[in-house]
Amino acid sequence: MKNKIILYGGTLAFGILGPMLFPAYISQFTVLWLMVVFALTWDIMGGQMGYNSLGNIFFFGIGMYVCAIVQVGMYYDVAEYTAYSGEVKVAFTPAQHFIGFAVGLLAAAVTASLLAVAFGWIVFGLRGPYFAIGTLGVAIAAGELMGAWDYVGGGGGMSLPGFPGESDGSTFYYVLMFLLAIATFLFLRWLYASRFSLAINAIRDDEEKAEGMGIQTNRYKTVAWSISAFFLGISGGIFGNMTGFIEPLEVAFPTVTFGIFMVLMALLGGKGTLWGPILGAVLFHVIKELTWTYLLGWQWVALGALIVINVVFFQQGIVGWMQERWPEKFGIEVDEPIDADNVRQREAAK
Amino acid sequence: MFDNIDLLFIAPYLNVQLLLDGLLIGALFALAAYGLALVWGVMNVKNLAQGDFVIMGGYIAVVFANHGIHPIYALPIAAVIMFAFGWLLYITIIKRVIERDLFTSLLATFGIAIVLAQSLNLAFGPDVQVAQSGFKTMSFMDGNVTVSQAKLVAFVLAAILAFGLITFMKKSRMGQAIRATAQDARAAKVMGIDTEKVYAFTFSLNAAICGAAGVLIAMVWVIQPFFGITHSIRSFVIVTAAGFGNLPGVIMAGLGLGAMEQFSGFILGAEFQQATVVGVLIAVLIWRQIQQRKHRQVVE
Repeated sequence: MKNKIILYGGTLAFGILGPMLFPAYISQFTVLWLMVVFALTWDIMGGQMGYNSLGNIFFFGIGMYVCAIVQVGMYYDVAEYTAYSGEVKVAFTPAQHFIGFAVGLLAAAVTASLLAVAFGWIVFGLRGPYFAIGTLGVAIAAGELMGAWDYVGGGGGMSLPGFPGESDGSTFYYVLMFLLAIATFLFLRWLYASRFSLAINAIRDDEEKAEGMGIQTNRYKTVAWSISAFFLGISGGIFGNMTGFIEPLEVAFPTVTFGIFMVLMALLGGKGTLWGPILGAVLFHVIKELTWTYLLGWQWVALGALIVINVVFFQQGIVGWMQERWPEKFGIEVDEPIDADNVRQREAAK
Repeated sequence: MFDNIDLLFIAPYLNVQLLLDGLLIGALFALAAYGLALVWGVMNVKNLAQGDFVIMGGYIAVVFANHGIHPIYALPIAAVIMFAFGWLLYITIIKRVIERDLFTSLLATFGIAIVLAQSLNLAFGPDVQVAQSGFKTMSFMDGNVTVSQAKLVAFVLAAILAFGLITFMKKSRMGQAIRATAQDARAAKVMGIDTEKVYAFTFSLNAAICGAAGVLIAMVWVIQPFFGITHSIRSFVIVTAAGFGNLPGVIMAGLGLGAMEQFSGFILGAEFQQATVVGVLIAVLIWRQIQQRKHRQVVE
């Protein structure tokens, strides 16, 4: 209990005091919480349910675009807006801006969830590697198709209405992202303590058996995917507004950067645990930001190498390793293994 | 979007041209896909670095061409270099993922793919490159259909390579051991086959095949450090559509994909090329699923 208070209090204090003490790095802190959301939502599928998606970034990008379209579309014609992107400054009153943003986030979350249901129908029949490659394909295709859709500015992207007033809104977006991370965490903590997590864990351990036990596996899988899509959609909307300019390949559907970071962070921290993805996200983001600029072009090579090392040699992740090392601290009861060696040792000890 | 579709009806020669180009390039796709089918069937490793092996082979050809040596001589050299590279990769990484769950091999090879693509980018820069082969272009049907000799040479070489591979798998001792391991690794072990060595050889052979395919692709088409993933997806499309252990199927699917890409590239525009490959992948996956569902109903 005491440990828990330290853990929660420490995280909360870090989230509030961090940007206050280092205001220059506030957008870095925002990205940090974005990474936490990424890792947590990936882990619903990858860690708890055993469905390793490589294309979850799809919902992030969809959220970003839907939010932007709604924000602009509520007051102007989107096609005209994107056609003159950058040249014609459209004026949004603060009220228009915030109402549009709120509606946009809601629309982003709902659209992403609905698309998760639709795509779930297509890809959930695929197992294991087929699922991973199928989802990767969906994300890559989405980026390409968005780039060809002139309504949203095509490959040239579209800029979003600026934050009203003097400030650039970085504090506002920070608070939103921090709240989103907290909401995601609390929701997942509740979810993982419910029957739902038992069902998705059963799917991970043996899907055929789970089905045989009467679990409606397809329904659970779809719901799990829409949950991650819901939060990812919102995070996309916030991030799009924060950057102020969205573009299909690098910002909205960055399959090889953010899309892979999600997987890597969850694996690094320990997949299938509640705190693992958070720890992995924080650690990864800090290491990345500290070292990225000093590697002079080698950073991507280092990223690939990190994936390989992580997957091949350290797949249980940090929290997974801790659970193995000190199971009693995590409330896991371990029966002493009984085999010939064990008995012989015990005999020798006597 | 479909601006060019009328042209296909106005000028029927274009169909012949596109089909021919597609089939000639598709043979090279089939070659790389056969390597993937081999590794997938024998070791159950889904190699996402497949396309990057191809691109590596391509850069070996480019280096040759830039030094004034005809890139066709790079073919055996690239095969040997890639064979050694595959062996190295096997003993350092792949060996440790064979026994693990399916996603591990996928993600590990994806990591390898990123390392390779980025290293090639650092070494050669992000520009699109071609291995100049100096072959001429031939024309048929009153100059309406042109075929570059490079493509024909590549096609013939690919066919010879494929034929050599089939003979190797059928006749040689190692080929038989590979097929035995694919059928039942445990039984093969009991029979005295060193499966560890078979795995290492299979993976290296795959890398060598990809390297050779890469040399040919660099000669007839373009290469760029980040084209690897598209080639990987192509291989996956072909193997998923044809199933492994089905060489005629792999060849047919490879040729079909090549032709389909040429047509969609012409009708939709070149920027849709990657989207086409991915779209075909998704279509194949859905089709497979429908097949499975039918199968399931029959079983029930």
